Amino acid sequence: MRALTWHGTNDVRVDTVSDPEIINSRDAIIKVTSTAICGSDLHLYDGVIPGVKPGDVLGHEFMGEVVETGSDSTLKKGQRVVVPFTISCGGCFHCKMQQYSACDNSNPVEKQDMSASLYGQPMSALFGYSHLTGGYSGGQAEYVRVPFSDVGPIVVPDNLDDDKVLFLSDILPTGWMGAENADIQPDDTVAVWGCGPVGLFAIQSAIVMGASKVIAIDHYPNRLALAKKLGAEVIDFRETDVREALMEMSGGIGVDAVIDAVGMESHGFAIDNMIDVVKQKVGMGADRASALKQAIMAVRFGGKVSIPGVYGGMTDKWPLGAMMEKGLQIRGGQTHVQKYTRDLLAKIEDGTLDTTFLISHRLPLEKAPEGYKNFKEQQNEWTKVVLKPGMEN
Amino acid sequence: MKQKFATGSGVAGLALATGAVAFGAFLSSRHRHRGFDDGPAFAKRQPPGNLALVGRSVTIRKPKAELFEFWRDFSNLPSFMENVESIEDADANGVSIWKIKAPAGRTVDIKTEVASEKQNEHIAWRSVEGSDIETRGEVRFEDAPGDRGTRVSLTISYDPPAGALGRAIAKLFQREPQVQARHDLKRFKMLMETGEIATSVRTNDETRAAKQENG
Repeated sequence: MRALTWHGTNDVRVDTVSDPEIINSRDAIIKVTSTAICGSDLHLYDGVIPGVKPGDVLGHEFMGEVVETGSDSTLKKGQRVVVPFTISCGGCFHCKMQQYSACDNSNPVEKQDMSASLYGQPMSALFGYSHLTGGYSGGQAEYVRVPFSDVGPIVVPDNLDDDKVLFLSDILPTGWMGAENADIQPDDTVAVWGCGPVGLFAIQSAIVMGASKVIAIDHYPNRLALAKKLGAEVIDFRETDVREALMEMSGGIGVDAVIDAVGMESHGFAIDNMIDVVKQKVGMGADRASALKQAIMAVRFGGKVSIPGVYGGMTDKWPLGAMMEKGLQIRGGQTHVQKYTRDLLAKIEDGTLDTTFLISHRLPLEKAPEGYKNFKEQQNEWTKVVLKPGMEN
Repeated sequence: MKQKFATGSGVAGLALATGAVAFGAFLSSRHRHRGFDDGPAFAKRQPPGNLALVGRSVTIRKPKAELFEFWRDFSNLPSFMENVESIEDADANGVSIWKIKAPAGRTVDIKTEVASEKQNEHIAWRSVEGSDIETRGEVRFEDAPGDRGTRVSLTISYDPPAGALGRAIAKLFQREPQVQARHDLKRFKMLMETGEIATSVRTNDETRAAKQENG
């Protein structure tokens, strides 16, 4: 089959690789009809995630048709399914708590040691996202082997186009959980850093959850315009002092909740961020966290901090005092996708949520490298790239 | 012991004797020292290089009885213990032969008998005369809090023999014995909780190749 493979920093290619097969009895094979490039794929593209090997098939946002099933799969050939990016067994302690992204059993045993040393316990598995999270072949391919196919994939009705439901795989539930982790109350003012796909869906979710005001922060005019269209007020951090603006826009209190939808490759000209840029480049592993630091300063005493943005390592100059003295609640985590897919599908069906506005480009799989390059370099115009393996080149 | 004056064997003999004494002292001390805190014996800080005792715990969301029953059928062990190639059914004296993978594609035989067991609580086994390596192991099953299932603890102690084969075995066991114990227990957990052992290979050929590499 054809698949998008990683070969190094800024080097991804579409290669011919072996077709996936049923290995375990709960597996299914999916023929991919749509798959997206995620903002977090750019962390792989930029070479800041450890444990990626040349030849690894990337991609963790995908959907398609069931073409083969193992003896214990509950799926049927021909069904259209969206596949969560988190691989979860459904039977362990964490899965039973609906903490699907902390599944004990999906990351192969021999791959668990690295993340266990980093975090104290091992990570669970994700599709196409380095050997830290299992080394599973991802969805930017013609076919994918999907383990635990009786737990993850959600069957979608034929009357909903791929573009309407594809983002159930990751960014829609990730934005939703980002807002949920901010514990939004009806009178809250919520600030969201980053108007990429997750940030935009977090804005949309916060509004659905009843926030009185949502303020979006970014510097790409087109992305800020999308946020405005969703109902947010916007701040361009190149034009405006963000902390001062947020203090005034929240009536001198500070915002009630903050959402960092930026993650480890934060932009910004603060001196600590510039030092972190250098450290990240020379492999000292410092996460660039200037957005999150700013968010912690901007949130009110007793406020809520939600971190859907991806971080992997350590950071310096952490505002520990502000965190403690202000009595903040901080929540993060990879998304427990399986917990949200059913409800969010219902919200798509009844029109509460629309995700299609995000897609700026649709490309055949063969043009995936072009998609990566432009998604990285032209972030203003390229807001979301969907790859279609069946599309004419 | 028949003494020779060649320095090499003298040193080796002394090291072996010291090792044996240390091993014995260690085994007895792990009981005596319990009571200072409640951490498991195998989590005690040890001098570097003292790898005589390894152990790990894992929580499995299944009742004790089900886990005990699966483990007690020793022929199931190779399905999740990476180093164990095969286990024969026990003979009339209750002794079974465990074939353990050794470096360079070799195997070592351990003649094993059940030392003690209590239904649904624990199983202890030990090597008997004629084994390539002296070892004992124990698995304990305890109820975990609430509905979390069972806490399973595996402890293995061993005393590698002298000689080239001994060194090879010691290397095998000492490579990352804690890691090995944890890996085995986690595979056991996967098998019990999900019915399969997670793998990220894409094709069956990859599985076969990986097995050959490990064997």
